[in-house]
Amino acid sequence: MNNMTANPFDMQGKDINWCPGCGNYKLLDAVKDAFYELDLDRRNLVIVSGIGQAAKLPQYVNANMFNGLHGRALPVAMGVKLANRNLVVIAESGDGCMYGEGGNHFLHAVRRNYDITVIVHDNMVYGLTKGQASPTSRMGMETSLQFNGVMLEPFNPVAVSLALNAPFIARASAGDGEKTKAIIKEAISFKGCSIVDIFQPCVIFNKINTYQWFRENTYYLPDDYDPTDRKLAFEKAIETEKLPLGVIYRHEGRELYEDLLCITHIPSYEHEISEKAFEKMLEEYR
Amino acid sequence: MHHYADEISIVFGGAAGQGVQTIADALVKVLKRNGYYVFACTEFMSRIRGGSNSTEVRITGKERKAYVRGIDVLVALNAEAVDHLEERIGEATLVFAEKDHVEGKEIKNFIDTPFAAFAKQAGSPVFSNTVAVGVVLGLLGISLDAFLAYLSVQFASKGEEVVAKNVKAAKLGHDFGTETAARNRIQVTIKPADTSPDELLIDGNTALGIGTVAAGCSFISSYPMSPGTGLLTFLARRADDFDIIVDQAEDEISAINAALGASYAGARAIVSTSGGGFALMEEGISLAGVTEVPVVVHIGQRPGPATGLPTRTEQGDLNLSLYAGHGDFSRVILAPGSFVQAIELVQRAFNLADKYQTTVFVLTDQFFLDSVASVMKSEIVRLPVERHIIRTDRDYKRYRLTKNGLSPRGVPGYGDGIVKTDSHEHDESGHLTENFGVRRKMVHKRLQRLEQLSREALLPERFGPAKAGSLVICWGSNRGVLEEALERLKRKDLAGLHFSQLYPLSPEISGMLDAKNVIVLENNATGQFADLLNRDAGVRVSRKILKATGEPFSVEEVVEALQERQHE
Ligand SMILES: Cc1ncc(C[n+]2csc(CCOP(=O)(O)OP(=O)(O)O)c2C)c(N)n1
Ligand code: SF4
Ligand SMILES: [Mg+2]
Repeated sequence: MNNMTANPFDMQGKDINWCPGCGNYKLLDAVKDAFYELDLDRRNLVIVSGIGQAAKLPQYVNANMFNGLHGRALPVAMGVKLANRNLVVIAESGDGCMYGEGGNHFLHAVRRNYDITVIVHDNMVYGLTKGQASPTSRMGMETSLQFNGVMLEPFNPVAVSLALNAPFIARASAGDGEKTKAIIKEAISFKGCSIVDIFQPCVIFNKINTYQWFRENTYYLPDDYDPTDRKLAFEKAIETEKLPLGVIYRHEGRELYEDLLCITHIPSYEHEISEKAFEKMLEEYR
Repeated sequence: MHHYADEISIVFGGAAGQGVQTIADALVKVLKRNGYYVFACTEFMSRIRGGSNSTEVRITGKERKAYVRGIDVLVALNAEAVDHLEERIGEATLVFAEKDHVEGKEIKNFIDTPFAAFAKQAGSPVFSNTVAVGVVLGLLGISLDAFLAYLSVQFASKGEEVVAKNVKAAKLGHDFGTETAARNRIQVTIKPADTSPDELLIDGNTALGIGTVAAGCSFISSYPMSPGTGLLTFLARRADDFDIIVDQAEDEISAINAALGASYAGARAIVSTSGGGFALMEEGISLAGVTEVPVVVHIGQRPGPATGLPTRTEQGDLNLSLYAGHGDFSRVILAPGSFVQAIELVQRAFNLADKYQTTVFVLTDQFFLDSVASVMKSEIVRLPVERHIIRTDRDYKRYRLTKNGLSPRGVPGYGDGIVKTDSHEHDESGHLTENFGVRRKMVHKRLQRLEQLSREALLPERFGPAKAGSLVICWGSNRGVLEEALERLKRKDLAGLHFSQLYPLSPEISGMLDAKNVIVLENNATGQFADLLNRDAGVRVSRKILKATGEPFSVEEVVEALQERQHE
């Protein structure tokens, strides 16, 4: 796609901070191509991120951006979405940012279920701070800090999201550009809080979970897999032998937070005070 | 003989859950309907049942907004109330209580009041609160009309029988109060102010809430913490009427970040919390600083450190708001001294936040938020809502360098441009940069507005004699108590100065602090504002009157503190 026509989401002449060979490049392409193919209007697209290598992604996309603090992409994304629900909002960050520093926000974003797409670059390591363990690091991985190997069981974002009844849960692998793009497109089109955990090789600090490792240790869910079956999804979520890729769970039943709050489509920059209601309110204190 | 010509203080004491607050609420409303100036303040323990709480209701010939220590009339609903308030019971205090509640206690003016027996006579022990209000109204020589009207509205949903029983309870109490007044030659001749056509009765939370609604606020995300919760609750109740998005956050970190996200997208956003909750928001204040996203932060102060005294009052979070967030950037700190002022200041806070793309703090405290007072509707000021949001064009740059450091503010989805905002140091387009030259310009850009803000700063208000050798400075909620104390003292050499803007200070204030003696009155342990005055205006403070027990200053206490000096 990229090679045929200019993608309006491309940023011209931007010096990209990632290492050569990093999985983030492929992910960036997949994301931009998904935006393009969905025909999104870049003026109405907001990408919110936290801090980390992954979180730099919106710096390289020609669209609105709120590059906030480490761990805090989701509260910001919620604020944006509630203040103007006409915007398409993407929250994008690393595994440390979303599941570690921002873990509480992750739980409650899923609980609230506002219409955003959460894209997590899961490289199973802290890239930007030079290679410490992340919540998703595999046990035994030796790092500059966990020099005897990671002792704790990894955080399972798919199982946790399922427990919270997230309406859309998918897993992708950055090495497979086309398939990743398709999953991202489906996630953005879905109305609700869509969680997409994307395996992303960090070629510098994670010498275990490499492109090859992800190829060998993942498989795509078959075409006849029923993503609406929550129990089945749970079975998939806790598989460890080989990790499933694709849309693991999806159901349409949950109401949006913005609907529960009765938020209108009038953006809040057009907010007006009802003078009648104001007068009525004052009279209540007679 | 007890004669109250100018004012009277009535205190209700009892356990949490006994209805002290219900009684006070009813009485205050009835008094207001009779045209009196009333002021009420409450102190309570951090528990839902039991303990010892009290509410003071003052009826005054002049508008008053302060707590007095002395009790003229105490209505004690249990024995503990008498112990709890012992220090405030004086020779002249009339104590209305059941006989067995004062057993073994020496009380000069005890009036054996059969609350329970009257309530039973009216139909059930639950009516003893109604009896209590009746007693007080009888004592004051105020007719039952307004109270009966109040009861019929209050209990309408519970049926005629309940209303009738309440009416009976009120009458029994009222007769008793009237007889007691006659028998003990108690005379209350305070004149009603007759302001009722214009008078509203509100508490501090409501004042803040009215201001927030009047400012066109459209978003609040907050996490409950006393005494900051009141504003969140107020806005939740008004959310539908005013299209306000109300989110109960999972924590304060989320609250401030959500507010910044909403503000970035064009909402007028506020967070409300207490010092402990605000401590978690600090990184968000830094984020607001670097991103130049406007936000208003309300801190309802209570004593720290940490959990401190959850339901008590203090002015201990000035330094917290002054220094919150790493790095250097601008901010504004406001602290209203009255409800009318609070309504205006909150609107001003939002306008300043939008105009200067900065964080504006509004500092209140438990005493202020839980107090109830009359407000004249005609005195409520409405400020125009000034958003300073532009429609972006294709070449829009969020951080365009301008002469005054303020870049036109665009929001996503409004115009043809894109809006990039960044917590990293960034260039004009909002992209991260490590260019030192850009960094230098951006640091300057973010601080430059402080000078304009100080030129626009609210000046402190002076009261008392025009020329005085000593000047007593207070801020925020201490205005009422200082004003009243100075009036009592009637000294020509003593004037007061109230600051409602604490930071930045106007360059003009050095000239206003010409007195030989500068005394600062603050509800904290170290004199945080005195330090700020010294730091930013070079003011040499000769004396600090401080209190950090968790209670507000009483008028008597301030009078005594200022008298002390005279004797030296
Ligand atoms: C409050 C805070 N704590 C710590 C950091 C330092 N820090 C920056 S990124 C990061 C972890 C990054 O890991 P991840 O989110 O997985 O992103 P990656 O770099 O791997 O893409 C940390 C600890 C910070 N910026 N802010
Ligand atoms: S450190 Fe790892 S995640 Fe970061 S850019 Fe380099 S390869 Fe990518
Ligand atoms: Mg990572």
